[in-house]
Amino acid sequence: MIKVTFIEHSGDVHEIETETGSSLMEVAMNNDVPGIDADCGGGCSCATCHVYVDSAWLDKLSPPDAMEESMLGLNTMREENSRLSCQIDTSDELNGLVVNLPEFQG
Amino acid sequence: MSTAVDNTSSGERDIHDPYAYELDEIDVSLDERFEKNTFEGFFERLRKEDPVHYCAESENGPYWSVTRFEDIMKVDTSHGIFSSEGGITIAEGQADFELPMFIAMDQPKHDEQRRVANPVVGPMNLKEMEPIIRTRVQTILDSLPVGETFNWVDKVSIELTTQMLATLFDFPFEDRAKLTRWSDVATAALGTGIIDTEEERQAELIECLTYFTELWNQRVNEPPRGDLISMLCHGKATKNMDPMEYLGNLVLLIVGGNDTTRNSLTGGVLALNENPAEYDKLRADTSVIPNMVSEIIRWQTPLAHMRRIALEDTILNGKHIKKGDKVVMWYVSGNRDESVIADAEKFIIDRAKARNHLSFGFGIHRCMGNKLAEMQINIAWEEIMKRFKNIEVVGEPVRIRSAFVKGYSELPVRLEAW
Repeated sequence: MIKVTFIEHSGDVHEIETETGSSLMEVAMNNDVPGIDADCGGGCSCATCHVYVDSAWLDKLSPPDAMEESMLGLNTMREENSRLSCQIDTSDELNGLVVNLPEFQG
Repeated sequence: MSTAVDNTSSGERDIHDPYAYELDEIDVSLDERFEKNTFEGFFERLRKEDPVHYCAESENGPYWSVTRFEDIMKVDTSHGIFSSEGGITIAEGQADFELPMFIAMDQPKHDEQRRVANPVVGPMNLKEMEPIIRTRVQTILDSLPVGETFNWVDKVSIELTTQMLATLFDFPFEDRAKLTRWSDVATAALGTGIIDTEEERQAELIECLTYFTELWNQRVNEPPRGDLISMLCHGKATKNMDPMEYLGNLVLLIVGGNDTTRNSLTGGVLALNENPAEYDKLRADTSVIPNMVSEIIRWQTPLAHMRRIALEDTILNGKHIKKGDKVVMWYVSGNRDESVIADAEKFIIDRAKARNHLSFGFGIHRCMGNKLAEMQINIAWEEIMKRFKNIEVVGEPVRIRSAFVKGYSELPVRLEAW
């Protein structure tokens, strides 16, 4: 089990204990974290699971592939720490991960 | 059942019967089947027997039909293999009247232009638009004649979406009917009562360009503001567009922001009438509305397809697609694919995972205005349910003769207040 934390734009905090192996998007969906729609079901093709990853964790993630890069690139609210949470696989290494949810997905 | 027949090849047969054809003769792109609402059986057959289907001869030349959800996802998200450049409908544009628009471009130009237009439907604008939309919906609904038969399409769906579009463009409000007209003209099949020739279409679209060029010239000399015209004429990637490119992007935004929401607003009324138990569910608990909106958009699938051109030889679900082949993704079929969507043929307003539908497309061309569309339809149903116990469909809907824009020109209804 690892702990991941989603912080809504409003400031509401969701601390979640989860098994590893599923994507961060799935963790959010399974725990009813608001602001993650995941319309494409994890296919990296709708960009409705956008998160801002806390800077302490950025270098622990593998960089976005071309498709994720394309989908993020269309968003004018993209930041350097923007990622699609369906592309982040939870692992022991990410125990303690903190991500912020963007206002535009609220 | 219609008695229309096709006697061009193998004698008389019912063109609306999917089993009146050999598999390789099936051409799902006939506009007439969309008008008569008989297309579904053809897609059902293809999903079962030949999910990636080649049609060697059609009015629009040879083309592949992709009919299953997963295969459509694959094509839609493989923009390096399946190109949008030059057009996104099965019908070819006119070579002498090409309308470049970002939906019909590949990377990187697509991304550059889309990013300019994107903020108009961004979260800040949506928040500002919410109360405006609500007030307009209220005004429109309060003006409707309770207890009399009227056309829902004209009085509600068109009126509401056209007002919204006028707001997005900051278009002179009194002239807003022009937007509806240009939207219809841009997509109409010839001879269906809107226009009869390509020349007529071009003439009216040039009028559209002339009108919008005036708006451009006003706004380019004013400080930038939040409407679409101002964004385009001040945006780095769009400020030097030539006139046809400007027209192309206008048509994209007019059609994209108009026909689609319009037909979902009508489709929802029809779906609830065809499924009275669902209507009862809605009356019992209106908190289901956001979920219902996604289900309406899936059920209606306001754009039946999008087309691509293969940039290289590739294999899709076992079929060899050649470089240059036309590939049509039938969203209208994928949204009924039982292998991904349980009870796909049923309209279920509290369906689980209702957002997981194809109507907005996926990948870099995914609908830009989807949040605005959902918001409009949401507000419409919230305000409808406050006022009317029943919107009763009292006659047959008249459907549009088009394999692209899947919608209605008439839906006779009668309202009953609470």
